[in-house]
Amino acid sequence: MLYNKSAVYIGIVILVILLTSPFWVGLFGHNYTSTGITTPKDQATCIENADFMRAQHMRLLNEWRDKALRDETRTYVATDGKKWEISLQNTCMRCHTNYKSFCEKCHLSNSVSPYCWTCHIIPTEGK
Amino acid sequence: MLEKLFTGSKYYYLWLLFLVCVILGCAVAYAVQLQTGLGVTGMNRDVSWGLYISQFTYFVGVAASAVMLVLPAYFHHYVKFKRMIIFGEFMAVAAVVMCALFIVVDLGQPQRMANVMLHPTPNSVMFYDMIVLIGYLCLNIIIGWVTLEAERLEVAPPKWVKPLVYLSVIWAFSIHTVTAFLYAGIPGRHYWLTAIMAARFLSSAFCSGPAILLLLLFVVRRLTGFDPGKDAIKTLATIIVYAMCINVFFYCLELFTSFYSNIPGHMEPIMFLFNGHGGELAWVSYFMWAAVIMAFASLALLIPPQLRTSKFLPLALIMLVLASWIDKGLGLLIGGFTPNMYEGFTPYMPTCTEITVALGVYAIGLLVLSLLWKIALCVKRDVNNFCD
Amino acid sequence: MNTNRRKFLKIASLSAFALSSGVASLGLGAKEAQAQLAPGAYGHGDKSLHAKRWAMVIDTREFKTAADYEPLIKACHRAHNVPDIPGNKNIKWLWLDSYEHCFPDDMNPHLSTKMQQAVFPLLCNHCTNPPCVRVCPTQATYKMADGIVAMDYHRCIGCRFCMAGCPYGARSFNFFDPRKYLPEPTNPSFPTRMIGVVEKCTFCAERLAKGQLPACVEASNGKILFGDLEDPNSTVRKALAANYSIRRKPNLGTQPGVYYLI
Repeated sequence: MLYNKSAVYIGIVILVILLTSPFWVGLFGHNYTSTGITTPKDQATCIENADFMRAQHMRLLNEWRDKALRDETRTYVATDGKKWEISLQNTCMRCHTNYKSFCEKCHLSNSVSPYCWTCHIIPTEGK
Repeated sequence: MLEKLFTGSKYYYLWLLFLVCVILGCAVAYAVQLQTGLGVTGMNRDVSWGLYISQFTYFVGVAASAVMLVLPAYFHHYVKFKRMIIFGEFMAVAAVVMCALFIVVDLGQPQRMANVMLHPTPNSVMFYDMIVLIGYLCLNIIIGWVTLEAERLEVAPPKWVKPLVYLSVIWAFSIHTVTAFLYAGIPGRHYWLTAIMAARFLSSAFCSGPAILLLLLFVVRRLTGFDPGKDAIKTLATIIVYAMCINVFFYCLELFTSFYSNIPGHMEPIMFLFNGHGGELAWVSYFMWAAVIMAFASLALLIPPQLRTSKFLPLALIMLVLASWIDKGLGLLIGGFTPNMYEGFTPYMPTCTEITVALGVYAIGLLVLSLLWKIALCVKRDVNNFCD
Repeated sequence: MNTNRRKFLKIASLSAFALSSGVASLGLGAKEAQAQLAPGAYGHGDKSLHAKRWAMVIDTREFKTAADYEPLIKACHRAHNVPDIPGNKNIKWLWLDSYEHCFPDDMNPHLSTKMQQAVFPLLCNHCTNPPCVRVCPTQATYKMADGIVAMDYHRCIGCRFCMAGCPYGARSFNFFDPRKYLPEPTNPSFPTRMIGVVEKCTFCAERLAKGQLPACVEASNGKILFGDLEDPNSTVRKALAANYSIRRKPNLGTQPGVYYLI
């Protein structure tokens, strides 16, 4: 026997909407430029095209990690044929030297806090 | 049945409040450990496991010991155990919760705990330990809850519980065997590399677990009037005596193999535990000798049947629990690690922070136990299955 | 015999595991786990060094005192940002100890004075049958195809089962935040570690990938040899064929990859 049926159901619906609100907000998220990040000026392109990197860099880094550490394939041949050493610290951060205005800005405004840099060393000019 | 939790005397609520305060206080110590790292413990490069893992090991045994009630009741239809069986099952639940927490507080990166499931590794005993502990927890919650519910409604428990009960009997043996395999399969740790480790674990569990259960039930009897039954106590005490005799016997087997073979690596941990190092007793040596004295004193009080039923029973059980705790909760880890892998000696002593965190886990275990037993006691009282 | 045992264990444990998780892997898992995300390709560097089974031969006769080993330890610890933590909660990748502690099974009370006073370098043995890999519940430590026993610090949960498992004491746990003891990283192109994970010598896998020998080998001026144990013409095989060599705790069946010329 359920008392105040309609009130309970409405309450549940409101609760679900509230709890999932971050996802709804995220779905209609902002353009990345609104975070105010600055991309490296002297480079025309990243290792792959920028859209792919923006959407997938975290998964790519995970894949890089496993390929380098477990399969010992420490070189990445990009679609344009260019070869890169697989290394967050020595490849990515060589161009993306400014941690504060690139990595951190975007991560902060997206409320994610990856802990890459508890181990990987940020280039001194970018701290 | 959950509503039973909210009925009770002032003292019941005060007890819960006390436990919650202890838990919160100890949580501060854990927060410190999370912040500064396991450096706040007494563990080090050579003694890489300490109080946490030894307590984990001990309480796996306590959890497994519920089988000493379940097995006679279901396999041999010893009905006199039926009244207190639920207390054994709920104690197993509390013990497994403590085991899980002792593992968590021991981890260097607890937030990555799920990696054990995300990257299942069948060659690691730890993987199986996780499976058997989770399984045992579920089994005991389901069996305990369903049988208690049936008792409350004064009907027979549903038929599908029976296979689960039989499974739980086998499962109880498996949890402590797998825990022993954590140690017994490691090359180069002389104290642990022994085929009798699992058997020793089980025998010490089957005496100490029921002893803890009986002691707690004596407290409950004093507080609430619940009586597990005279014959049931007598039978369980007999089981405890047999298990303790086997436990002591197994330890003596270790002594024989180590000292008759005269292999230094095998003698050294035992020599260290009882004799210290460099002519000086280690702090653990005093405990080990106390354990020896208490083990034999408890046997002296438990083996003669007339003493076993006398007022000395609680004293004997306390000594038995302390002796088994020292053997498994201190000696096992210190004997395994302090004579280190360079055939040298690295001392270990838990720090205050470490002991505080461990006490916090104990308090959580007691809280879980108190709540579950409260429900069970209320149901027993309602259906007049409270005393003879 | 040994391979048979391993095979048996593998099959036994795999079948046990298949029973417990068969349903899950039948579903989505298997196929998607292998799908590669990156549009490019993975490969080896042009200069990278390869072997079927990397091994190290340390010519201890060429080292007279502990000071002779100092530059090697410095080179290793500098290259890998190993912090210097006082006390017994320290981190060690390459370190020294006495004959008695290194080779306890080969000890006798009347060892030559020279041996009694000598020190020996210790490091991860990169065993063929590594107990640490066997016990790790997350595959955070694993054996690679070239025999190197590696660590994935990203995955380690800090349970320290591997430290209990290793009979050589080759593993160190980060009891503290290592960066507190490393005000400036000594090698900016290598990461540090984080609190709560286990670490150890990696046979300089990252240097081999660039065509460089391990840091300690490079600093030893030829007193430490490094090469392919499966290749009869390698420097290590030649040195082992021509000299008397021992390994640490050979009776445990771990088959260490570090040999000592005595």
